Amino acid sequence: MFSMKSKYSVFSIIKNAFSYHENWGKAWKDPTPKKEYDAVIVGGGGHGLATAYYLAKKHKMNNIAVVEKGWIGGGNTGRNTTIIRSNYLWDASAGLYDHALKIWEGLSQELNYNVMFSQRGVMNLAHNLQDVRDLKRRTHANRLNGIDAVYLSTEEVKKFCPIINTSPDIRYPVLGGTLQRRAGTARHDAVAWGYARGADAMGVDIIQNCEVKGIKRNGNSVEGIETTKGFIKTKKVGVVAAGHSSVIANMAGLRLPLESKPLQALVSEPVKPIIDTVVMSNAVHAYVSQSDKGELVIGAGTDDYVSYTQKGSHQIVEGTLNAILELYPIFSRMRMLRQWGGIVDICPDASPILSKTSIKGLYFNCGWGTGGFKATPGSGDLFAHTIANDEPHKLNAAFNLNRFVSGDLVDEHGAAAVAH
Amino acid sequence: MFLINCPYCGERDQQEFKAGGEAHIERPKQPTELSDDEWAEYLFMRKNIKGVQFERWNHAHGCRKWFNMVRDTSNDEIKAIYKMGEKPPSQ
Repeated sequence: MFSMKSKYSVFSIIKNAFSYHENWGKAWKDPTPKKEYDAVIVGGGGHGLATAYYLAKKHKMNNIAVVEKGWIGGGNTGRNTTIIRSNYLWDASAGLYDHALKIWEGLSQELNYNVMFSQRGVMNLAHNLQDVRDLKRRTHANRLNGIDAVYLSTEEVKKFCPIINTSPDIRYPVLGGTLQRRAGTARHDAVAWGYARGADAMGVDIIQNCEVKGIKRNGNSVEGIETTKGFIKTKKVGVVAAGHSSVIANMAGLRLPLESKPLQALVSEPVKPIIDTVVMSNAVHAYVSQSDKGELVIGAGTDDYVSYTQKGSHQIVEGTLNAILELYPIFSRMRMLRQWGGIVDICPDASPILSKTSIKGLYFNCGWGTGGFKATPGSGDLFAHTIANDEPHKLNAAFNLNRFVSGDLVDEHGAAAVAH
Repeated sequence: MFLINCPYCGERDQQEFKAGGEAHIERPKQPTELSDDEWAEYLFMRKNIKGVQFERWNHAHGCRKWFNMVRDTSNDEIKAIYKMGEKPPSQ
C-alpha cells in the first residue's frame, strides 16, 4: 500500500541521512474537504483513524474523510496511560478486547510504523478477600475464553515485581494478583500517526481543525455534516468522539447513556529502569508502569461530576499517590513532572457502545470510559465493519445501544480497573 | 476542583461533596405502565451537556443534605445553587 519511496526501512533511513533527514516526505496530507464523501468519521483519535484505515483497507471505501476539531491524537489518544490487556470477565468483552490484542501483536509490521508495542505483562493486584475471589474467577473466565491469565500468590507477585511492598502490615496488603503476559503497553501517539499515515496512503482525507457543528438529516437519514470548514455531504457518519460523544448526539437529537468525566494521569521525572511490567491495583486505585523514556506513568481515578474541562481534582491525584507510596516505598522521593486530564465517556455498565442508531447512516463508537486505548485496533476494525455493512460484526453485536432497553448489559466494572 | 456554597453550611471545598448527576429527572408516576424504551430513557439516558447543566449534589462530608446546582460543565463555573423542591432559576 505504501510506495517504495515512502516505505520506512533501514534503507530509507540511510538514504535520508545523506540529506540530513531534511527531505522526508509528509506522513499525511493536509487536504481541504471535498464536497461529498461515501463516509465521514468524526474524531481523529486512535479509534477514528483506525476506523478509517480499516474502511479503506478491508472494505475498499477510499472516498472517505476523518474530521478532527483539533489535531489528530490530541485528545484521549495522547492522554492515556497506554496500557493494553484483554483480561475482561464476560465472553462478549473477551472477544472484543482479545480481537484487539491479536491485532496489536502484528500492528507495527502491518502499518510499517513502530508503535512500540511491548508485551511486558500486566499484573492486577488483590488487596482483600473479595478481590481474591473476583480475580480468581476472572482468571478462570479468561482461560475458558482462550485468554492467557494466571493467578499469582503474594510471593509470586513479589518475585515478578520485586519493588512491591508485600508486607502483611500495610493498610491494604497484597494478597495475590493476576498476570496476563501477552498484555503490555504501546506508544500512544505512534498509534494515531501510524493509522493516519496508513489511511492517508489509501486515499483517506484527514482534515484537522475541522469541528462538527451540526448533523443534517433528511427525515430519518443522515445527509451530511455542518463543520467549521463548511458543509460536507455524506450518507454515513461514524462518530468516534470519546468524551464529546453526547455533544454530537445532541446535535442529532439523540440521547446516549453516557456521562463525561475528567480522568487524570501523571508522569514522574525520568529515572533508570525500575519497573519492567504494568501493575494495576483497583482496590487502592494505583497503577503504574515505566515509559521507555524512564518516566513512571501513573493513572489516577475519575472525578464523580460531569466536566469537559480536561482538568481534575487535586485530591484524586493525592489519593492515588498515597496508594503508590504504600505499595512502592522506593518511589517516596520521586518528583512528578506533569499531570493532565482527559474527558472520558462512561457507560453505566463500563462497556463500550459500537452501534447503529435509530437514525439511518449514523453510527456511534463511544463509551470506552477509562480504558479505550487498549481496544484501538479492534475497535476500528469492528466499527469499520459496522459502518460498511450497516450491520455489526459478531464480535461487537453485544455492544449495541439497544442493550440499555433490553437490559442485556455487559457489566465490566470489575475488569475496568478504574473505579467509577 | 472548586468551592461550593452549600445552601445550609456555606462555602466549602468540593471534596466534601458528592455529585448526584442530572437533576429534575422525574420518577415515573406509573412504573408498571412504562415500556422498555421509557425505562431505558429514565434509567440510563442522560443529557450530559457541555455547557450549563442542572445537577444534584450532596454535602456528603458535611450536613449530608441534597441540593441542586446550575453549573457550566465546560469551565466548572457554578451559576446558581437552590434547595430541593425549589423551582430551578430560568436561564
